Amino acid sequence: MGDNSAGLVSKSLAVYVKDLRLELRSRYGLNAIFMFGITTLAVVSFALGQSSLSPKILGALFWIIIFFSAMSGLAQVFVREEEAQTALTLRLTADPDAVFLGKLFFNFSLLILMAVVITPLFFIFTDAPTAGAINFLVILFIGIIDLCAATTLVAAIIAKASVKGALFAVLAFPILLPMLIALTLSSEKILAGEGLGEVSKLLQFLIAYAIVMITASFLLFKYVWQE
Amino acid sequence: MWWKYLLFLAMSVIIWFSFTTPAPQQQIGEASRIFYYHIPQAWICVIAFTLSAYYSIKYLRKRNALDDDCAADAARLGLLFCLLATITGSIFAKVTWGAFWNWDPRQTSIFILLLIYGAYFALRSAIEDEERRAALTAVYAIFAFITVPFLIFVLPRIVPSLHPSDSVINKNLKFTMSPQVRSIFFSSLIVFTVIFFWIFNILKKINLIRRKLETGTI
Repeated sequence: MGDNSAGLVSKSLAVYVKDLRLELRSRYGLNAIFMFGITTLAVVSFALGQSSLSPKILGALFWIIIFFSAMSGLAQVFVREEEAQTALTLRLTADPDAVFLGKLFFNFSLLILMAVVITPLFFIFTDAPTAGAINFLVILFIGIIDLCAATTLVAAIIAKASVKGALFAVLAFPILLPMLIALTLSSEKILAGEGLGEVSKLLQFLIAYAIVMITASFLLFKYVWQE
Repeated sequence: MWWKYLLFLAMSVIIWFSFTTPAPQQQIGEASRIFYYHIPQAWICVIAFTLSAYYSIKYLRKRNALDDDCAADAARLGLLFCLLATITGSIFAKVTWGAFWNWDPRQTSIFILLLIYGAYFALRSAIEDEERRAALTAVYAIFAFITVPFLIFVLPRIVPSLHPSDSVINKNLKFTMSPQVRSIFFSSLIVFTVIFFWIFNILKKINLIRRKLETGTI
């Protein structure tokens, strides 16, 4: 353990590295997310056959895949602590703010990794138009930030509940829905070929949402974490 | 006590007038009468939710179990009014726009509010330990409440509304309501609010008595 004068960043980094190491050992979260994403993609592509989809449906499909993959893989960052019974040790040794930031960044890394693999596959399998690829990636990046911003706190909440499985999706979905609406709308427009200027209002909404959610989670986290 | 009879009288008068005076919005016709009920219910739903978040914040600061009870009761009442608002809204949607549900932004917002309340109670039933349940649901109530301004004020203005008549009504509320319509509408709003706080007060007293009986003190 570092001495208490270490800054918030290095403490968060320590938590992040610990989770990363654990993840690379067991690959449980990665497996869950990847398998879900790839399976969903395969089913969709198989059902599609040769026909192509409108940008509206493509946008919705993409975010359905990302959202449900996130639901299957993002809760375990806290649930695993409770199940392995290392949560108490973490509570005693680490600063709650550092724990939150470390786990937030861990969830973010998981999602980025998944997006890096799933997005090209998505475009290949569904033959989606790649005209506005850069714009699409911008929306994807902000969407991922939004996703982990809202879900990390919810994951911490349900980690202490007795029935963990379905509760995560039930709690996270209402909070995520405004963001999902904005994401599917803007993805639809980008896939239809429009530029970022057309979706600037939605982008502002998404960025504001991310900032508000991260701040609120950060402030509320210690009430969840401390017993 | 006397004011309760006054409340009954006021509500009866409002119901009477809401059906006998000319319809508030001429283009939509008779169906627009529902806005005397639908808008106050949606308004109360948001107030209830705000109250729940307020008591949740209070609980997290002082850890007084009574605040947790009040937060849960405010959420229960809010759920009731949210359901009422959704039902009256769907009736209006069916009559004017042809379908019960269209995913118009405001409909989506009320749907999300229903989900938030549902999730809140799902969380409450999933935790057995009283203190932990109080703390975790308080955090969720506050966190979910933060999304409400996004839903109610920001999203309907950004997402293209498929039904312009929705925003037309909102503009009409302020500018083209006749004095008669305005008086009935605002009276309805006030009466609904008083009824809500009356019920909430009764629940609060019940909680106080229950806590007193359990622990012997407050």
